[in-house]
Amino acid sequence: MTTIVEKDTQSVVRSAMLSQGAWQKILAFASLIALMAVFSIASENFLQSDNLIGILQATAVNGVLAVAATFVIITGGIDLSVGTLMTFCAVVAGVFLTYWGLPMPVGILAAIAAGALCGSVSGTLIAKMKIPPFIATLGMMMLLKGLALVISGTRPIYFNDTPNFSMISQESLIGAVLPFLPIPNGVLILFVVAIVSSLVLTRTAFGRYTFALGSNEEAVRLSGVNTDFWKIIVYTVSGAICGIAGLIIASRLNSAQPALGQGYELDAIAAVVIGGTSLSGGRGTILGTIIGALIISVLTNGLRILSVAQEWQTVVTGIIIILAVYADILRRKS
Amino acid sequence: MTPLVTIRDLDKSFPGVKALKKARFELLPGEVHALMGENGAGKSTLMKVLAGIYEKDSGDILMDGKPVDIPSPRAAQDLGISIIHQELNLMNDLTAAQNIFIGREPKRAMGLLLDEGALNRSAAEIFARMHLALDPRAEVGELTVAMQQMVEIAKALSFRSKVLIMDEPTAALNKAEIAELFGIIRQLKAEGVGIVYISHKMDELKEISDRVTVMRDGEYVGTVPTASTSVDTIISMMVGRSLTETKTDVPDLSSHDVVLEVRNLRRGNAIQDVSFKLRRGEILGFAGLMGAGRTEVARAIFGADPLDGGDIIVRGQRATIRSPRDAVRLGIGYLSEDRKRFGLATGMDVAANIVMPCLSKFLSLNMILKTRAIRETARSYIKQLRIKTPSDAQEVRFLSGGNQQKIVIAKWLARDCEILFFDEPTRGIDVGAKNEIYKLLNALAAQGRAIVMISSELPEILRMSHRIAVMCEGRLTGELPAEGATQENIMRLATQRHSLTADSSIAAIGGPST
Repeated sequence: MTTIVEKDTQSVVRSAMLSQGAWQKILAFASLIALMAVFSIASENFLQSDNLIGILQATAVNGVLAVAATFVIITGGIDLSVGTLMTFCAVVAGVFLTYWGLPMPVGILAAIAAGALCGSVSGTLIAKMKIPPFIATLGMMMLLKGLALVISGTRPIYFNDTPNFSMISQESLIGAVLPFLPIPNGVLILFVVAIVSSLVLTRTAFGRYTFALGSNEEAVRLSGVNTDFWKIIVYTVSGAICGIAGLIIASRLNSAQPALGQGYELDAIAAVVIGGTSLSGGRGTILGTIIGALIISVLTNGLRILSVAQEWQTVVTGIIIILAVYADILRRKS
Repeated sequence: MTPLVTIRDLDKSFPGVKALKKARFELLPGEVHALMGENGAGKSTLMKVLAGIYEKDSGDILMDGKPVDIPSPRAAQDLGISIIHQELNLMNDLTAAQNIFIGREPKRAMGLLLDEGALNRSAAEIFARMHLALDPRAEVGELTVAMQQMVEIAKALSFRSKVLIMDEPTAALNKAEIAELFGIIRQLKAEGVGIVYISHKMDELKEISDRVTVMRDGEYVGTVPTASTSVDTIISMMVGRSLTETKTDVPDLSSHDVVLEVRNLRRGNAIQDVSFKLRRGEILGFAGLMGAGRTEVARAIFGADPLDGGDIIVRGQRATIRSPRDAVRLGIGYLSEDRKRFGLATGMDVAANIVMPCLSKFLSLNMILKTRAIRETARSYIKQLRIKTPSDAQEVRFLSGGNQQKIVIAKWLARDCEILFFDEPTRGIDVGAKNEIYKLLNALAAQGRAIVMISSELPEILRMSHRIAVMCEGRLTGELPAEGATQENIMRLATQRHSLTADSSIAAIGGPST
């Protein structure tokens, strides 16, 4: 008799916890749907497939950067350098492909490797030299901004000699198979990066340590885990993902623009936060981050369709960030 | 006499748990009323309702016979109720006086400027009332834990509290400091303040309290006068059964190998030339006062802190231990005295915590987590150690102290460590869970694991140890066989300061209270 009662309370507690976790994702998703509903009522142009694909296309770069930022933020850190690192990687690809005339796969690998290398530098500054993440990545942000200008000779690098380069983002692999679904490759890359990252975070030892670092780093260290090593890996992985973002943006613009990049880090962090990842670390999901990135794109696109001035779009985005975080706080209280 | 506080039929539920069921409590003016019960019995919840931190679901709270409503901590303060939490809530970078009057700073120049002078004077007055020699301008972060506790009490007094709730106030204090605290409690008692005293330490309750109220599973069990009630009676009220405290037999370990030997360990003033041996199957008790350097020695051997010099020999081989990772590889585990800060990732679930040190055993392709194997392992430890948790997916922060401690133990068992350092393994744990931890330690030793048990509770040291090492001010002042060791001769070694003889230092310890 008592065992039955015990089992009952157990299942009640478990289902209560489940619904709480599910509830968190549903709320972010519901606000995305609500936002889209509002815009589609306000303007018939919004739900046009061209426009929807445009939204996805616009999400690709920020989405990938936000995934990169999610890894770092779950450890309780912050990475301000994701935007300029993206640019730096794009410029590296330009140097390899256009200046040096190397084959495309080499350029792609070089961009991702450059991202990983810069990430590992940030990680080393933070883990080994104990520089606070905010300061270390602020330094890296400026350093990379300057370096991108230096190696590009302060000029944009065009990929005209590598005609296939634009395929990375612009063509549609899915569209070639399913003509009614012309989703550009940039978006496909975003989804692949997101799915792989999500699996890595939830199913691998690396992912487990990422959460553990944000939850209680000292307890993890005293468990005999090499926390410095894993922290460097987190920033390295994050950097490599920034390299992927660099390829997408360079492909879309068919050029590496060395002056671009600053400001992207804040959009990425905003997407992460709207997606419910805690800035104090230990909690977060990739799905949330993707929804967060979509909310920002839908908002920008919808307001533009409604001919709201650029400056007011920024105001609204700011308000949304504050509301999203407040909703998260309210949810946690209840 | 009208009771200061009367609580009747108080109910309080949290999602999924009924924390209080028709709880009752009564506090008279000038009374020290101990509130006892195992962890999870509802003591802290009841007191948090009284202090306005939680809102009651139903029931009555009366002050001086009149019903009151306490919706917030502010309302409690206005009614003269103060609570001193087990974990201190002080701002380390502010001075003692600034901490005491935070939010109520005296002002001058039409309220534009702070009046630091008046602030410090008011704080000094309170310290004088407590007979406490403390500079109000001292930075709180620089003070000892004991002094910080005194600052908390001073803060409570500054509200002219009629009711003072103290949750485990002596957890971090040594004997002399406890005596000082008791002196202050007696002083307050004489002024008519009612004190609720939550503690697990029986000897203290006997010394300081007038009545004891016992709770179990959120319910009121009974209230008894302390003087005429035996400790056994109180314990059986708490656990609903009687516990037998028995000294374990000391096995003959002379034929067992030495698994850990430490020679001339040194680090600054904290560790001065410490050497000892530990055999397989042995429980070596590390006794001493707070700050004697026992934790430092354990952390240094574990590679958590660097060493200036000395040799560590594990299973006959000289070992280089530069980080906890090196120590864990050699099969050394360390269970910190501060579980929440150093032992657990409390935001993560039970299973994740248990497998933390040995995650590499649960990987396929060296990378991907074997979720099912992890959960099975976690469940087997939950069963084996009788950890009370709804499931292995429960976040650790929702569990009681005793169960959290068991998870830390499970962590190191899962890693299969041969040498285990237990730093204050039963701190903040109730009597029932304590006994289970003791049984577990004995079972581990019987399996051939070598255990160092650091404890500030002498009865625990005497009960559990096969051999006792005593430290004072960073030095190992002596080793005693378990047979024939007494609290007195341990204490003599624990107070054997470098500059003083044993007797005069004991007198010094007793000094402030007399």
